[in-house]
Amino acid sequence: MLVSELKPWEEILGYLDGESKVFIVGCKGCAEVCQTGGEAQVLEMKQKLEQQGKTVTGYTVVDFLCDRALVKLRLRALEEEVMAADSLLVMTCGVGVQATAAVVNKVTHPACNTMNLGGARGEWRGTERCRECGDCLLDITGGICPLTACSKGLINGPCGGAKDGKCEVEPDVRDCGWHLIYQRLKKLNRLDKMKTIVAPKNYSKMEPPKQLRSTIMWALEQKERR
Amino acid sequence: MSLREKLASGKFVITSEIGPPKGVDIEEMKRNAELLKGRIDAANITDQQSSVMRLGSLAGCCLLKQWGLEPVFQMTCRDRNRLALQSDLLSAYILGIENVLCLTGDHVSLGDHPEAKPVFDLDSVSLLQVVKKLEQGHDLAGKELKGSPRFFVGASVTPGADPMEPQIIKMEKKVKAGAQFFQTQAMYEPKKFEEFMKYVKHLNVPVFVGIVVLRSAAMARFMNKNVAGIFVPESLISEIDKAESKAKKGIEIAARLIKEMKDMCQGVHIMAIGMEDRVPAILDAAGL
Repeated sequence: MLVSELKPWEEILGYLDGESKVFIVGCKGCAEVCQTGGEAQVLEMKQKLEQQGKTVTGYTVVDFLCDRALVKLRLRALEEEVMAADSLLVMTCGVGVQATAAVVNKVTHPACNTMNLGGARGEWRGTERCRECGDCLLDITGGICPLTACSKGLINGPCGGAKDGKCEVEPDVRDCGWHLIYQRLKKLNRLDKMKTIVAPKNYSKMEPPKQLRSTIMWALEQKERR
Repeated sequence: MSLREKLASGKFVITSEIGPPKGVDIEEMKRNAELLKGRIDAANITDQQSSVMRLGSLAGCCLLKQWGLEPVFQMTCRDRNRLALQSDLLSAYILGIENVLCLTGDHVSLGDHPEAKPVFDLDSVSLLQVVKKLEQGHDLAGKELKGSPRFFVGASVTPGADPMEPQIIKMEKKVKAGAQFFQTQAMYEPKKFEEFMKYVKHLNVPVFVGIVVLRSAAMARFMNKNVAGIFVPESLISEIDKAESKAKKGIEIAARLIKEMKDMCQGVHIMAIGMEDRVPAILDAAGL
């Protein structure tokens, strides 16, 4: 169970600044249970965005947005609506945002902060992709997480240690996370995002309440009570 | 005159670096400081360079001051969280240290304690911001300080990085965050450096070009293979390979590079890496 919460509305609107058309992606997995990215929340988001004068070119709710292959399949069927948008707004955990970014050549905005993955890593196996930091940065990094992709977890750009696009830690196998982010943003023509100075992270958010860490049921009950 | 004042006066400045010992025997460090004293404007004290545990940079800076050489306090984000970094900055100011170089730092896995927990709570950009905040009388949490410090704060850049653009984007962020001067990774290609300086002209910030003194062809090849952002052209490698005295050739090449790049920037940063005794000869040959 991957627990997410919606980002503040102003933050989401800020991401869409200068964009008029958006495609919304939701998730029928954990995000639906968390009530952050199920069909109901996607429709609500659609309405709110339209009230702000945005055009929603389409939306979809995928069974498991953390399953990269599935996302690719689903979005391909909706290619026209997806490609008509300036960007995608993804209402789920950090793994789902990254899976979406990995299959679509479009700016991908996270609508949620990931609080806790409950020990799970989503359906896109192979590597750790989300650090449950509670303050998702994927908007400014082209949908590639700097906390997991960079060996130092740097949030303001590359250190001087990368050589030929490889990280100084394991140059044989590990890509420089910031090299990947740079290439992605360049491809999207959004290098301006890399110029944003990111304030030091609030690492206390990475320590979810002990109860939340021990029982997911408790977390859900807390959410419902809220 | 301090480093800040010298730069303001338009002087071409010379900095070098001194690595503190692994242990408490400071004889060699003192010898190196004496060799450089009077010839350079300031010396960086490295902060556990290459993630190898050593005598601390702050203590090294204090020693340097006692020995009559202006220190540049190198600070990496590798070993200290935001509390420790801010506290050490206040300590440095109280001990009379004005120059600080804010760096990210090598990963711990590269050093002699690879089992260590890497910190990287802040990064070079946010460390620069922290310095500015402290100067303005507040800490990172916004709490008021009882008396605020003042620093001359620098940062690093790798002009030889490929691609160069991410480095320039980060350099712009560092300037925005408060960097007042830059020391570069070693450059062996004046043409490439000239191109880099054109790219960053709009930042209007002093740059000291980095020079690593060549010891041998093997050393140059090792750097080409293993050190990010350093490229020694084959022509220089064969030049030093064929030379009878590698030491003399290394000095000659360093001096030549300085002469070629001197007019493109505001200073030079000579990293002698254990060959501090060659620095005066390099400066003589470069006419500095």
